[in-house]
Amino acid sequence: MPVTIGAYLAVSAIVFALGVAGVIAKRNPLVVLLCLELMLNGANLALIAFSRMWGNGDGQIFALVVMAIAACEVAIGLGLIVAIYRRQLPIDVDRLKELKG
Amino acid sequence: MSATTYAWLALLMPLVGTVGLAVGFKLWPGKTAGYIATVAILLSFLAGIGALIQLEHHPANHRELVSSLWNYAVTAGVDARLSILVDPLSVFMVLVVSGVSTLIHLYSIPYMESDRGFVRYFSYLNYFVFSMLLLVLAGNFLFLIVGWAFVGAASYLLISFWYRRRTATKAGIEAFVLNVFGDVGLVLGTFFIFRHTHTLEFLPVFHAAPHLFAKGSADITAGCILLLLGAFAKSAQIPLHTWLPNAMEGPTPVSALIHAATMVTAGVYLIARMHPLFELAPAAQDVGAVVGALTLFVAGTIGLAQTDIKRIVAYSTMSQIGYMIMGVSIGAYAAGLFHLMTHAFFKALLFMAAGSLIGAMAGEQSLDRMGGFRRALPFTYATFLIGGLALAAVPPFSGFFSKDEILLAAAERGGWHWALYAVGYIGALLTSLYTFRLIFRAFHGEPVKEARELEAGHLPHAEVPRNPATGEVEDTDVGFPGPAHAIAERSWEMKVAMGILAVGAVGAGFLQIPRTDHVIENFLAPTFVGAAGYHLREGTAKLALGLSLSTVISLAGIGLAYLLWRSRPALLAAIKARAGWLQALLENRWYFDLALYRGLVEPAAALGQAARQGFERYVIEGAFVGGAQLAAAAGSALVRALQSGLLRAYAALLTVGAAGVALYFLVRA
Repeated sequence: MPVTIGAYLAVSAIVFALGVAGVIAKRNPLVVLLCLELMLNGANLALIAFSRMWGNGDGQIFALVVMAIAACEVAIGLGLIVAIYRRQLPIDVDRLKELKG
Repeated sequence: MSATTYAWLALLMPLVGTVGLAVGFKLWPGKTAGYIATVAILLSFLAGIGALIQLEHHPANHRELVSSLWNYAVTAGVDARLSILVDPLSVFMVLVVSGVSTLIHLYSIPYMESDRGFVRYFSYLNYFVFSMLLLVLAGNFLFLIVGWAFVGAASYLLISFWYRRRTATKAGIEAFVLNVFGDVGLVLGTFFIFRHTHTLEFLPVFHAAPHLFAKGSADITAGCILLLLGAFAKSAQIPLHTWLPNAMEGPTPVSALIHAATMVTAGVYLIARMHPLFELAPAAQDVGAVVGALTLFVAGTIGLAQTDIKRIVAYSTMSQIGYMIMGVSIGAYAAGLFHLMTHAFFKALLFMAAGSLIGAMAGEQSLDRMGGFRRALPFTYATFLIGGLALAAVPPFSGFFSKDEILLAAAERGGWHWALYAVGYIGALLTSLYTFRLIFRAFHGEPVKEARELEAGHLPHAEVPRNPATGEVEDTDVGFPGPAHAIAERSWEMKVAMGILAVGAVGAGFLQIPRTDHVIENFLAPTFVGAAGYHLREGTAKLALGLSLSTVISLAGIGLAYLLWRSRPALLAAIKARAGWLQALLENRWYFDLALYRGLVEPAAALGQAARQGFERYVIEGAFVGGAQLAAAAGSALVRALQSGLLRAYAALLTVGAAGVALYFLVRA
């Protein structure tokens, strides 16, 4: 039985959903970043699948762009976490709420 | 130059004066401001003369000239133009106002010399003259109302000139509030008339009025009575008169100008100007005549019991204006306006002489403290006497002819007007009485300490400056009123001004001698074309009766005053003992002040207090402001709850929102 586009999209959705669940439920900022990466990769999967479906390279190029952006974002995020660690603040997103209004 | 150009010039000069003095407030050294102001009004007077000459060049039936500077708002419903009406009546008023004003400006220069508010004073005074000229030259209702309001403002500014005095500021506010009362009447009256005429310009209104209103119809009567309300407030007639005696808080030249010669005559001018409308509303004319007669009587009686010399002269003004209002209300326009002119002369003269006397008393105004100034102040005494004789209508002084003219007109019209005739003569007796009470008490008898000091050549000074009305000590560190007091004997400006007015007080009467010459009447005739009974000639019998009765009554008044206050003071004491109730009535000014205070001021104050404590506190501050506050606080509390600072909450919200949007578009597709 041929693998339809639906299967790829299902996998992508599952990966994305797992990522979302992790971002919302986890307290460790490193784990949140990891789950954020999961979300991005899920989106990438969908892009590649569509590129394969239409037979042109648009999706693949966009996926490359997404990867670059993900890399930048992780750099910043990790930098923030290192700064937090250096100041001996709790590494817990629930405890970092100085922006509380 | 045409008459209207001269009229615009007459308006321009005081305006330039006031603005120039105000803008260059700190620039004018010494007394320059005073001379600039005087010259401005003198130029205005000369322009008035120019207008007069030019006007006389026109044929008699073409002497109503309108000149409009520009159209302010001319549309289908309303026509508001900046227009002036130059006709004999307005030129007459311009000449009287600017002429007397020039002399008063001149008089004020030494009077206000040491006052720190010298420049401000002359700026205000010029502003007043500008406003008054605007009022009399106005060619439409709008301009008239503007001028009317401006003179009210000028009056307020000048009454409360020495604003550190509580009494002065209170008097200024009282004058302003009562005048606003009248302003309401004036504006409403204009409205009543405008509703039918659809134009605000005087000449079209006057020409159309007989066709638009039936004689005695409700609309025109209501309109005219409302206009009368304005006239009564401005001219201090009962019941809107209480502001005038209190207005004596202002400097004496101000009292001379505004509250004797010019502003208070605005009501008389109004009735004369609106005569075509008043002729259609006989009920309004009767109201005016009755109120005028009532005022002249009541004010005359009050003048007998006052002790402040300025207030005596103020009540005298009120009384004389009652004569004028009575005169123009019964249709004797020439007589009423003639009395306006002569009254301007002798009343301004009286006030000036009173100012000189007050200066000699170092600011004290109470008659109880004065006496025997005859030798110390000869010039002041002479001018006071001339003014007093003119006021008391002793022949051949001007007051005799003008007052007589009005009363003869009343007699001629017959019917119930004989009552006005009788009241007029009673008023004449009272006038004579209180005038010479003042003269005999202040100038005759034993010289008081200040008089003796002055006879020795030394102008008295008050050791402690006091408010003349209440006697409380006041601080003059602020610089006004100035420490120096001027008397006529020592300043040429005062002498010149008073001298010219004295000549007027004596000679002006000869302009209108019954059966001989009718200069004023003929001059004003073009304005009063169509006025019923304008050229009414009195019968010989009535003329003889009037002239002789007048002479007898005025001389009797002088004699009676001499009796009561010079030769037999015991008689006066006996009268006071017998009629204590009369003394109380007169001293309390017929309780009008009290009635107005209790009837209007106290309820209004109570209402204000109640509104503040009740309505404002609970409804406005509580419900509206508090309610808005609560709503804002609740809303912001709600929003604040969203700002928890929890990253996960934000992430969750983001996810839910994004999912919602995606679902929406999915479902739509």
